[in-house]
Amino acid sequence: MNTTESSVNKLSTDDFIKGLWKENPVFIQVLGMCPVLAVSNTATNALAMGLATTFVLIMSSTLVSAFRKFIPKQVRIASFILIIATFVTIVDYCIQAISLELYKALGAFIALIVVNCIILGRAEAFASKNTIGKSFLDALGMGAGFTFALLTLGAVREIIGVGTFFGVSLFGHHYEPWMVMILPGGGFFSLGAWLLFFNWLKERQKKRPTLQTEGEVIQ
Amino acid sequence: MNEFDLKKLIAQASSWEMIRALGGIGILCSLLIVFAFQVTLPIIEKNKTEYLEKSIFNVLPGATSRVTYKITNDNNVELMQADEPKVRKVYAGYNDQSELVGIAIEAGGQGFQDVIRLLYGYSPEKKAVIGFAVLESKETPGLGDKIEKDPVFLSNFDALDVSLTDDGSAPKNPIEMAKSGNKHNPWQIEAITGATISSRAVTKILKQSTGEFIPIIEKNLAKFKRDETS
Repeated sequence: MNTTESSVNKLSTDDFIKGLWKENPVFIQVLGMCPVLAVSNTATNALAMGLATTFVLIMSSTLVSAFRKFIPKQVRIASFILIIATFVTIVDYCIQAISLELYKALGAFIALIVVNCIILGRAEAFASKNTIGKSFLDALGMGAGFTFALLTLGAVREIIGVGTFFGVSLFGHHYEPWMVMILPGGGFFSLGAWLLFFNWLKERQKKRPTLQTEGEVIQ
Repeated sequence: MNEFDLKKLIAQASSWEMIRALGGIGILCSLLIVFAFQVTLPIIEKNKTEYLEKSIFNVLPGATSRVTYKITNDNNVELMQADEPKVRKVYAGYNDQSELVGIAIEAGGQGFQDVIRLLYGYSPEKKAVIGFAVLESKETPGLGDKIEKDPVFLSNFDALDVSLTDDGSAPKNPIEMAKSGNKHNPWQIEAITGATISSRAVTKILKQSTGEFIPIIEKNLAKFKRDETS
Protein backbone atom coordinates (compact mmCIF):
# COMPACT_ATOMS: atom_id res chain seq x y z
CA MET A 1 0.00 0.00 0.00
CA ASN A 2 1.78 3.13 -1.16
CA THR A 3 -0.61 5.96 -0.41
CA THR A 4 1.16 9.12 -1.38
CA GLU A 5 1.06 11.49 1.57
CA SER A 6 2.24 14.41 -0.53
CA SER A 7 -0.98 15.07 -2.40
CA VAL A 8 -2.96 15.74 0.76
CA ASN A 9 -6.51 17.05 0.74
CA LYS A 10 -6.84 17.12 -3.03
CA LEU A 11 -9.52 14.86 -4.37
CA SER A 12 -8.51 12.88 -7.40
CA THR A 13 -10.07 10.09 -9.37
CA ASP A 14 -6.96 8.08 -8.61
CA ASP A 15 -8.26 7.52 -5.07
CA PHE A 16 -11.16 5.68 -6.62
CA ILE A 17 -9.44 3.98 -9.54
CA LYS A 18 -6.56 2.49 -7.58
CA GLY A 19 -8.88 0.22 -5.60
CA LEU A 20 -10.42 -1.07 -8.77
CA TRP A 21 -7.21 -1.98 -10.48
CA LYS A 22 -3.74 -0.98 -9.28
CA GLU A 23 -4.36 -1.90 -5.65
CA ASN A 24 -7.27 -4.26 -6.07
CA PRO A 25 -7.85 -5.66 -2.56
CA VAL A 26 -8.27 -9.23 -3.73
CA PHE A 27 -6.13 -9.69 -6.81
CA ILE A 28 -3.23 -7.42 -5.91
CA GLN A 29 -3.25 -7.02 -2.12
CA VAL A 30 -4.67 -10.52 -1.55
CA LEU A 31 -6.64 -9.37 1.50
CA GLY A 32 -9.93 -10.62 2.92
CA MET A 33 -9.54 -14.14 1.66
CA CYS A 34 -12.08 -15.64 4.07
CA PRO A 35 -15.22 -14.12 2.49
CA VAL A 36 -13.63 -14.24 -0.97
CA LEU A 37 -13.28 -18.00 -0.87
CA ALA A 38 -16.38 -18.75 1.16
CA VAL A 39 -19.05 -16.65 -0.56
CA SER A 40 -17.87 -16.67 -4.17
CA ASN A 41 -19.55 -19.98 -5.00
CA THR A 42 -22.37 -18.32 -6.93
CA ALA A 43 -22.56 -14.99 -8.72
CA THR A 44 -25.59 -13.83 -6.70
CA ASN A 45 -23.92 -14.50 -3.36
CA ALA A 46 -20.73 -12.85 -4.58
CA LEU A 47 -22.53 -9.71 -5.70
CA ALA A 48 -24.57 -9.42 -2.50
CA MET A 49 -21.50 -9.98 -0.33
CA GLY A 50 -19.54 -7.45 -2.37
CA LEU A 51 -22.23 -4.79 -2.02
CA ALA A 52 -22.66 -5.43 1.71
CA THR A 53 -18.91 -5.15 2.23
CA THR A 54 -18.76 -2.00 0.13
CA PHE A 55 -21.47 -0.40 2.25
CA VAL A 56 -19.65 -1.23 5.48
CA LEU A 57 -16.36 -0.07 3.96
CA ILE A 58 -17.76 3.29 2.85
CA MET A 59 -19.63 4.02 6.07
CA SER A 60 -16.82 3.00 8.39
CA SER A 61 -14.11 4.75 6.37
CA THR A 62 -16.12 7.97 6.29
CA LEU A 63 -16.86 7.85 9.99
CA VAL A 64 -13.29 6.95 10.93
CA SER A 65 -12.07 9.81 8.79
CA ALA A 66 -14.54 12.21 10.38
CA PHE A 67 -13.37 11.24 13.86
CA ARG A 68 -9.67 10.90 13.03
CA LYS A 69 -8.62 13.93 15.12
CA PHE A 70 -10.83 12.91 18.02
CA ILE A 71 -9.51 9.33 18.38
CA PRO A 72 -6.20 9.01 20.24
CA LYS A 73 -3.76 6.53 18.73
CA GLN A 74 -3.92 4.25 21.77
CA VAL A 75 -7.60 3.41 21.39
CA ARG A 76 -7.85 3.57 17.62
CA ILE A 77 -8.15 -0.18 16.98
CA ALA A 78 -10.95 -0.51 19.54
CA SER A 79 -12.73 2.48 18.04
CA PHE A 80 -12.39 1.26 14.46
CA ILE A 81 -13.67 -2.20 15.34
CA LEU A 82 -16.62 -0.66 17.20
CA ILE A 83 -17.52 1.47 14.18
CA ILE A 84 -17.12 -1.45 11.74
CA ALA A 85 -19.16 -3.81 13.92
CA THR A 86 -21.94 -1.25 14.12
CA PHE A 87 -22.31 -1.02 10.37
CA VAL A 88 -22.12 -4.78 9.95
CA THR A 89 -25.00 -5.12 12.40
CA ILE A 90 -26.96 -2.52 10.46
CA VAL A 91 -26.27 -4.34 7.17
CA ASP A 92 -27.41 -7.58 8.78
CA TYR A 93 -30.79 -6.04 9.71
CA CYS A 94 -31.12 -4.31 6.34
CA ILE A 95 -30.56 -7.51 4.36
CA GLN A 96 -33.14 -9.30 6.51
CA ALA A 97 -35.56 -6.48 5.76
CA ILE A 98 -34.78 -6.40 2.03
CA SER A 99 -35.04 -10.12 1.35
CA LEU A 100 -35.20 -13.15 3.59
CA GLU A 101 -34.13 -15.29 0.63
CA LEU A 102 -30.90 -13.36 0.29
CA TYR A 103 -30.36 -13.49 4.02
CA LYS A 104 -30.78 -17.24 3.89
CA ALA A 105 -28.22 -17.50 1.10
CA LEU A 106 -25.55 -15.36 2.78
CA GLY A 107 -26.12 -16.88 6.19
CA ALA A 108 -23.28 -16.61 8.62
CA PHE A 109 -21.00 -14.66 6.32
CA ILE A 110 -22.64 -11.29 6.90
CA ALA A 111 -21.50 -11.28 10.51
CA LEU A 112 -18.03 -12.19 9.33
CA ILE A 113 -17.68 -8.90 7.43
CA VAL A 114 -16.52 -7.58 10.82
CA VAL A 115 -13.26 -9.46 10.50
CA ASN A 116 -12.67 -8.69 6.84
CA CYS A 117 -9.16 -7.24 6.95
CA ILE A 118 -9.81 -4.95 3.98
CA ILE A 119 -12.13 -2.81 6.10
CA LEU A 120 -9.86 -2.46 9.11
CA GLY A 121 -6.93 -2.16 6.71
CA ARG A 122 -8.44 0.84 4.92
CA ALA A 123 -9.49 2.45 8.20
CA GLU A 124 -5.97 2.13 9.58
CA ALA A 125 -3.94 2.80 6.46
CA PHE A 126 -6.06 5.42 4.74
CA ALA A 127 -9.14 6.81 6.48
CA SER A 128 -7.36 7.65 9.74
CA LYS A 129 -4.92 9.86 7.84
CA ASN A 130 -7.01 11.43 5.09
CA THR A 131 -9.96 13.77 4.64
CA ILE A 132 -13.55 12.55 4.54
CA GLY A 133 -13.82 13.06 0.77
CA LYS A 134 -10.66 11.15 0.00
CA SER A 135 -11.59 8.36 2.41
CA PHE A 136 -15.01 8.07 0.84
CA LEU A 137 -13.52 7.74 -2.65
CA ASP A 138 -10.92 5.29 -1.44
CA ALA A 139 -13.55 3.13 0.25
CA LEU A 140 -15.79 3.31 -2.80
CA GLY A 141 -12.93 2.20 -5.03
CA MET A 142 -11.81 -0.57 -2.72
CA GLY A 143 -15.40 -1.77 -2.33
CA ALA A 144 -15.96 -1.75 -6.07
CA GLY A 145 -12.67 -3.59 -6.57
CA PHE A 146 -13.66 -6.17 -3.98
CA THR A 147 -17.10 -6.61 -5.54
CA PHE A 148 -15.57 -6.92 -8.98
CA ALA A 149 -13.10 -9.56 -7.80
CA LEU A 150 -15.77 -11.52 -5.98
CA LEU A 151 -18.04 -11.39 -8.99
CA THR A 152 -15.39 -12.63 -11.42
CA LEU A 153 -14.62 -15.52 -9.06
CA GLY A 154 -18.30 -16.24 -8.39
CA ALA A 155 -19.18 -16.21 -12.08
CA VAL A 156 -16.46 -18.72 -12.98
CA ARG A 157 -17.30 -20.99 -10.07
CA GLU A 158 -21.04 -20.90 -10.68
CA ILE A 159 -20.79 -21.42 -14.44
CA ILE A 160 -18.44 -24.38 -14.15
CA GLY A 161 -19.64 -25.75 -10.82
CA VAL A 162 -23.41 -25.55 -11.25
CA GLY A 163 -23.87 -24.75 -14.94
CA THR A 164 -25.85 -21.57 -14.20
CA PHE A 165 -25.17 -17.84 -14.15
CA PHE A 166 -27.17 -15.76 -11.63
CA GLY A 167 -29.38 -18.84 -11.32
CA VAL A 168 -30.13 -19.02 -15.06
CA SER A 169 -29.30 -22.39 -16.55
CA LEU A 170 -26.71 -22.14 -19.32
CA PHE A 171 -26.02 -25.60 -20.61
CA GLY A 172 -29.30 -27.49 -20.24
CA HIS A 173 -29.91 -30.78 -18.49
CA HIS A 174 -27.05 -32.75 -19.97
CA TYR A 175 -24.34 -30.69 -18.37
CA GLU A 176 -22.67 -32.56 -15.54
CA PRO A 177 -21.46 -29.83 -13.14
CA TRP A 178 -17.96 -29.92 -11.73
CA MET A 179 -19.04 -30.14 -8.12
CA VAL A 180 -15.54 -29.36 -6.91
CA MET A 181 -15.75 -25.78 -8.18
CA ILE A 182 -18.35 -24.75 -5.62
CA LEU A 183 -16.46 -26.50 -2.84
CA PRO A 184 -13.51 -24.82 -1.09
CA GLY A 185 -11.02 -26.54 -3.40
CA GLY A 186 -12.61 -24.93 -6.44
CA GLY A 187 -12.39 -21.55 -4.69
CA PHE A 188 -8.65 -21.87 -4.23
CA PHE A 189 -8.24 -23.12 -7.77
CA SER A 190 -10.21 -20.25 -9.35
CA LEU A 191 -8.48 -17.68 -7.16
CA GLY A 192 -5.10 -19.09 -8.14
CA ALA A 193 -6.03 -18.97 -11.81
CA TRP A 194 -7.19 -15.34 -11.55
CA LEU A 195 -4.07 -14.32 -9.58
CA LEU A 196 -1.94 -15.92 -12.27
CA PHE A 197 -3.82 -14.01 -14.93
CA PHE A 198 -3.55 -10.66 -13.13
CA ASN A 199 0.13 -11.12 -12.39
CA TRP A 200 0.71 -12.02 -15.99
CA LEU A 201 -1.08 -8.81 -17.03
CA LYS A 202 0.98 -6.78 -14.57
CA GLU A 203 4.20 -8.25 -15.76
CA ARG A 204 3.27 -7.62 -19.36
CA GLN A 205 2.47 -4.00 -18.57
CA LYS A 206 5.92 -3.62 -17.09
CA LYS A 207 7.20 -4.95 -20.42
CA ARG A 208 9.05 -7.68 -18.67
CA PRO A 209 7.92 -10.86 -20.38
CA THR A 210 9.55 -13.24 -17.88
CA LEU A 211 7.11 -14.43 -15.25
CA GLN A 212 8.29 -13.73 -11.71
CA THR A 213 6.72 -15.64 -8.90
CA GLU A 214 8.15 -13.82 -5.88
CA GLY A 215 6.04 -10.71 -6.55
CA GLU A 216 3.03 -11.49 -4.40
CA VAL A 217 2.80 -12.72 -0.85
CA ILE A 218 -0.29 -14.75 -0.11
CA GLN A 219 -1.61 -14.31 3.39
CA MET B 1 9.95 3.87 19.07
CA ASN B 2 12.54 6.09 20.74
CA GLU B 3 12.17 7.95 23.99
CA PHE B 4 11.12 11.18 22.37
CA ASP B 5 8.26 9.50 20.50
CA LEU B 6 7.11 7.78 23.66
CA LYS B 7 7.00 11.04 25.59
CA LYS B 8 5.13 12.69 22.78
CA LEU B 9 2.60 9.88 22.74
CA ILE B 10 1.97 10.07 26.46
CA ALA B 11 1.67 13.80 26.26
CA GLN B 12 -0.70 13.58 23.30
CA ALA B 13 -3.52 11.59 24.81
CA SER B 14 -4.70 11.85 28.38
CA SER B 15 -6.82 9.12 29.95
CA TRP B 16 -9.79 11.40 29.68
CA GLU B 17 -9.32 11.79 25.95
CA MET B 18 -9.18 8.05 25.44
CA ILE B 19 -12.29 7.44 27.54
CA ARG B 20 -14.05 10.29 25.78
CA ALA B 21 -13.21 8.89 22.34
CA LEU B 22 -14.23 5.32 23.10
CA GLY B 23 -17.29 6.34 25.11
CA GLY B 24 -18.41 8.84 22.50
CA ILE B 25 -18.06 6.37 19.68
CA GLY B 26 -19.77 3.72 21.79
CA ILE B 27 -22.78 5.93 22.43
CA LEU B 28 -23.00 6.96 18.77
CA CYS B 29 -22.72 3.34 17.62
CA SER B 30 -25.35 2.11 20.05
CA LEU B 31 -27.72 4.83 18.86
CA LEU B 32 -27.13 3.80 15.25
CA ILE B 33 -27.68 0.11 15.96
CA VAL B 34 -30.85 0.66 17.98
CA PHE B 35 -32.18 2.99 15.30
CA ALA B 36 -31.52 0.44 12.53
CA PHE B 37 -33.04 -2.32 14.63
CA GLN B 38 -36.21 -0.36 15.36
CA VAL B 39 -36.64 0.71 11.75
CA THR B 40 -36.15 -2.76 10.27
CA LEU B 41 -37.91 -4.81 12.95
CA PRO B 42 -41.49 -4.40 11.67
CA ILE B 43 -40.34 -5.08 8.08
CA ILE B 44 -38.43 -8.20 9.13
CA GLU B 45 -41.39 -9.48 11.14
CA LYS B 46 -43.66 -8.82 8.18
CA ASN B 47 -41.25 -10.64 5.84
CA LYS B 48 -41.13 -13.63 8.16
CA THR B 49 -44.90 -13.82 8.52
CA GLU B 50 -45.36 -13.49 4.77
CA TYR B 51 -42.82 -16.19 4.15
CA LEU B 52 -44.50 -18.52 6.64
CA GLU B 53 -47.89 -17.76 5.11
CA LYS B 54 -46.60 -18.47 1.62
CA SER B 55 -44.97 -21.69 2.81
CA ILE B 56 -48.16 -22.90 4.50
CA PHE B 57 -50.08 -22.73 1.24
CA ASN B 58 -47.08 -24.26 -0.53
CA VAL B 59 -47.03 -27.37 1.63
CA LEU B 60 -50.81 -27.76 1.50
CA PRO B 61 -51.59 -27.76 -2.23
CA GLY B 62 -55.18 -26.71 -2.84
CA ALA B 63 -55.64 -24.84 0.43
CA THR B 64 -56.99 -21.31 0.16
CA SER B 65 -57.54 -20.34 3.78
CA ARG B 66 -55.98 -21.32 7.05
CA VAL B 67 -56.64 -21.34 10.77
CA THR B 68 -54.03 -21.54 13.51
CA TYR B 69 -54.49 -24.08 16.28
CA LYS B 70 -52.46 -24.54 19.39
CA ILE B 71 -51.60 -27.81 21.04
CA THR B 72 -51.97 -27.71 24.79
CA ASN B 73 -49.63 -29.45 27.19
CA ASP B 74 -52.03 -32.39 27.63
CA ASN B 75 -52.00 -32.88 23.83
CA ASN B 76 -55.38 -31.37 23.10
CA VAL B 77 -56.05 -29.07 20.21
CA GLU B 78 -57.55 -25.63 20.69
CA LEU B 79 -58.25 -22.74 18.40
CA MET B 80 -55.53 -20.15 18.77
CA GLN B 81 -56.98 -16.93 20.13
CA ALA B 82 -54.33 -14.29 20.70
CA ASP B 83 -50.71 -14.42 19.72
CA GLU B 84 -48.97 -16.67 22.20
CA PRO B 85 -45.32 -17.00 21.42
CA LYS B 86 -44.25 -20.07 23.39
CA VAL B 87 -46.82 -22.60 22.37
CA ARG B 88 -46.83 -25.48 19.88
CA LYS B 89 -48.76 -24.34 16.82
CA VAL B 90 -50.15 -26.09 13.78
CA TYR B 91 -51.87 -24.51 10.79
CA ALA B 92 -54.94 -26.16 9.32
CA GLY B 93 -55.56 -25.39 5.66
CA TYR B 94 -58.98 -25.49 3.96
CA ASN B 95 -59.99 -25.39 0.31
CA ASP B 96 -62.75 -23.28 -1.28
CA GLN B 97 -65.44 -25.70 -0.11
CA SER B 98 -64.16 -25.33 3.49
CA GLU B 99 -62.96 -28.90 3.49
CA LEU B 100 -59.82 -29.73 5.44
CA VAL B 101 -56.91 -30.12 3.02
CA GLY B 102 -54.28 -30.79 5.61
CA ILE B 103 -52.31 -29.50 8.52
CA ALA B 104 -49.01 -27.64 8.23
CA ILE B 105 -46.54 -28.30 11.02
CA GLU B 106 -43.34 -26.48 11.85
CA ALA B 107 -40.32 -28.54 12.85
CA GLY B 108 -36.68 -27.86 13.53
CA GLY B 109 -33.39 -29.48 14.41
CA GLN B 110 -29.67 -29.43 13.94
CA GLY B 111 -28.44 -29.44 10.35
CA PHE B 112 -24.92 -29.52 8.93
CA GLN B 113 -24.05 -25.92 9.79
CA ASP B 114 -26.81 -24.59 11.95
CA VAL B 115 -30.41 -25.19 12.92
CA ILE B 116 -32.75 -26.12 10.06
CA ARG B 117 -36.35 -24.96 10.45
CA LEU B 118 -38.87 -26.48 8.10
CA LEU B 119 -42.55 -26.75 7.49
CA TYR B 120 -44.41 -29.78 6.21
CA GLY B 121 -48.01 -30.50 5.31
CA TYR B 122 -49.84 -33.55 6.53
CA SER B 123 -52.92 -34.86 4.79
CA PRO B 124 -55.23 -36.85 7.16
CA GLU B 125 -56.96 -38.24 4.10
CA LYS B 126 -53.83 -39.72 2.54
CA LYS B 127 -52.14 -40.35 5.90
CA ALA B 128 -49.05 -38.88 4.34
CA VAL B 129 -46.82 -35.83 4.20
CA ILE B 130 -47.87 -33.98 1.06
CA GLY B 131 -45.63 -30.91 1.07
CA PHE B 132 -42.35 -29.66 2.40
CA ALA B 133 -40.58 -26.30 2.63
CA VAL B 134 -37.47 -25.03 4.35
CA LEU B 135 -38.09 -21.93 6.44
CA GLU B 136 -34.56 -21.35 7.64
CA SER B 137 -31.26 -23.08 6.96
CA LYS B 138 -27.60 -22.25 6.68
CA GLU B 139 -26.62 -25.40 4.79
CA THR B 140 -23.65 -25.30 2.41
CA PRO B 141 -24.59 -23.25 -0.65
CA GLY B 142 -24.65 -25.44 -3.72
CA LEU B 143 -24.73 -28.72 -1.77
CA GLY B 144 -26.71 -28.81 1.47
CA ASP B 145 -29.08 -26.10 0.33
CA LYS B 146 -30.35 -28.52 -2.31
CA ILE B 147 -32.76 -29.68 0.39
CA GLU B 148 -34.65 -26.49 -0.51
CA LYS B 149 -34.73 -26.73 -4.27
CA ASP B 150 -33.61 -30.09 -5.66
CA PRO B 151 -36.73 -31.36 -7.52
CA VAL B 152 -35.86 -35.04 -7.03
CA PHE B 153 -35.38 -34.56 -3.31
CA LEU B 154 -38.56 -32.51 -2.98
CA SER B 155 -40.53 -35.22 -4.80
CA ASN B 156 -39.90 -37.35 -1.69
CA PHE B 157 -42.54 -35.27 0.00
CA ASP B 158 -45.32 -35.60 -2.55
CA ALA B 159 -46.66 -38.58 -0.62
CA LEU B 160 -44.45 -39.61 2.26
CA ASP B 161 -46.27 -42.32 4.19
CA VAL B 162 -46.70 -41.63 7.91
CA SER B 163 -49.76 -43.80 8.64
CA LEU B 164 -50.13 -44.72 12.30
CA THR B 165 -50.20 -48.05 14.05
CA ASP B 166 -53.64 -49.47 14.95
CA ASP B 167 -53.66 -47.92 18.44
CA GLY B 168 -52.70 -44.57 16.91
CA SER B 169 -49.75 -43.95 19.20
CA ALA B 170 -46.94 -43.74 16.68
CA PRO B 171 -46.24 -44.01 12.94
CA LYS B 172 -46.26 -47.60 11.71
CA ASN B 173 -43.07 -47.08 9.75
CA PRO B 174 -40.93 -44.26 11.11
CA ILE B 175 -39.49 -42.13 8.30
CA GLU B 176 -36.04 -43.30 7.27
CA MET B 177 -33.38 -42.26 4.83
CA ALA B 178 -32.48 -44.27 1.74
CA LYS B 179 -29.37 -43.78 -0.35
CA SER B 180 -29.86 -42.17 -3.73
CA GLY B 181 -31.56 -44.66 -6.04
CA ASN B 182 -32.49 -47.04 -3.24
CA LYS B 183 -35.93 -45.76 -2.31
CA HIS B 184 -38.31 -48.73 -2.23
CA ASN B 185 -40.93 -47.81 0.36
CA PRO B 186 -43.25 -44.81 0.59
CA TRP B 187 -41.91 -43.90 4.05
CA GLN B 188 -38.34 -43.54 2.85
CA ILE B 189 -36.60 -40.29 1.94
CA GLU B 190 -34.12 -40.56 -0.88
CA ALA B 191 -30.95 -38.68 0.07
CA ILE B 192 -29.19 -36.11 -2.12
CA THR B 193 -25.82 -37.25 -3.44
CA GLY B 194 -23.19 -34.99 -1.91
CA ALA B 195 -25.50 -33.71 0.81
CA THR B 196 -25.94 -36.78 2.97
CA ILE B 197 -25.66 -34.91 6.26
CA SER B 198 -28.31 -32.35 5.33
CA SER B 199 -30.58 -35.11 3.99
CA ARG B 200 -30.10 -37.08 7.20
CA ALA B 201 -30.86 -33.97 9.25
CA VAL B 202 -34.13 -33.43 7.38
CA THR B 203 -35.04 -37.10 7.84
CA LYS B 204 -34.31 -36.93 11.55
CA ILE B 205 -36.30 -33.73 12.04
CA LEU B 206 -39.29 -35.14 10.16
CA LYS B 207 -39.14 -38.48 11.93
CA GLN B 208 -39.08 -36.83 15.33
CA SER B 209 -41.77 -34.29 14.47
CA THR B 210 -44.18 -36.69 12.78
CA GLY B 211 -43.76 -39.09 15.69
CA GLU B 212 -44.80 -36.31 18.03
CA PHE B 213 -47.51 -34.49 16.07
CA ILE B 214 -49.27 -37.00 13.83
CA PRO B 215 -50.75 -39.03 16.73
CA ILE B 216 -52.04 -35.79 18.32
CA ILE B 217 -53.55 -34.61 15.06
CA GLU B 218 -55.19 -37.94 14.33
CA LYS B 219 -56.65 -38.05 17.84
CA ASN B 220 -58.11 -34.55 17.45
CA LEU B 221 -58.99 -34.78 13.77
CA ALA B 222 -62.68 -34.15 14.44
CA LYS B 223 -61.84 -30.78 15.97
CA PHE B 224 -60.02 -29.57 12.88
CA LYS B 225 -63.00 -30.54 10.76
CA ARG B 226 -65.69 -29.23 13.08
CA ASP B 227 -64.12 -25.82 13.44
CA GLU B 228 -63.59 -25.36 9.77
CA THR B 229 -66.21 -22.64 9.38
CA SER B 230 -64.56 -20.32 11.88
